[in-house]
Amino acid sequence: MSNQVINFFKFSSPQAFYPLAGKMVPWFAALAAILGITALYIGFFIAPTDAQQGEGYRIIFVHVGVSWMSMLIYVVMAMWAAIGLGFNTRLSNMMASALAPTGAMFAFLSLCTGALWGKPMWGTWWVWDARLTSELILFFLYIGFIALQSAIDDPRRADKAGAVLAIVGVINVPIIYFSVQWWNTLHQGSSVSLTKSPSMAATMLLGMLLMALCFWMYSIAVALKRLRVIILERERHTAWVAALPEVKS
Amino acid sequence: MNWNSPAEFFAMGGYALYVWGSFGACAVLLALEPLLLKMRRTTVITEIKREIAARTQNETQN
Repeated sequence: MSNQVINFFKFSSPQAFYPLAGKMVPWFAALAAILGITALYIGFFIAPTDAQQGEGYRIIFVHVGVSWMSMLIYVVMAMWAAIGLGFNTRLSNMMASALAPTGAMFAFLSLCTGALWGKPMWGTWWVWDARLTSELILFFLYIGFIALQSAIDDPRRADKAGAVLAIVGVINVPIIYFSVQWWNTLHQGSSVSLTKSPSMAATMLLGMLLMALCFWMYSIAVALKRLRVIILERERHTAWVAALPEVKS
Repeated sequence: MNWNSPAEFFAMGGYALYVWGSFGACAVLLALEPLLLKMRRTTVITEIKREIAARTQNETQN
């Protein structure tokens, strides 16, 4: 038991996690590539044409995945920020900072693909509807987190300020998720529900889930890659960084 | 199979702009992010190398 605890905490130091993260990145990247290719194949060649929306519905394969990731990454980011704030663990704070730009990118893509879907189906790129507005706020929360952290020179204070913002902002995630139930919106209801049987063709659902999984693996790979860069940036004056092969050569 | 010809595939039933716009935006950003990260990593490694070189130079001078 005690042995396991020691092994677990070993990797909470940036020095120990840096090489481990480096080993994990290619695996997650490869998984993302395989899942992405499979999902694209299913999405374009196997999933049938939609009865109502024709071929336009195929935007769903990216739109749902990027939207899910934008929310999931925010929750994970806030969780790491909270752990960092509570236990003062450097690596957790770095993890939160590493996730923010990827989350912001997914929130941006969610808004973009949503606009591209809204134009042909609703006749407008944008409406100030509950779902769309709360997703826009999520994008601003990511931008706010990044801007706040980069505005504070001392990394420890930047971590704390960012963590508070991230934790407070979590309230927005259930608002986005339930917005289609709580308010009358133009946005359609949830594509996937845990309580109801799926309302779409099995191949459509499969393509969508595989694409979401691809984005998930991509996010892990990119976040770990960014974490390694952040570790290097923050630990640049330490002896272990100076001894790294990539720095020595 | 949904498509009888490549042209039909690229036309996306008249939704080409929207479908390819969405997939294109995702593809561009998902490819750009790792590239930017690679640049950021190269920058920090170059800086660290320079700092170490400056430090060792100082030590040999003193």
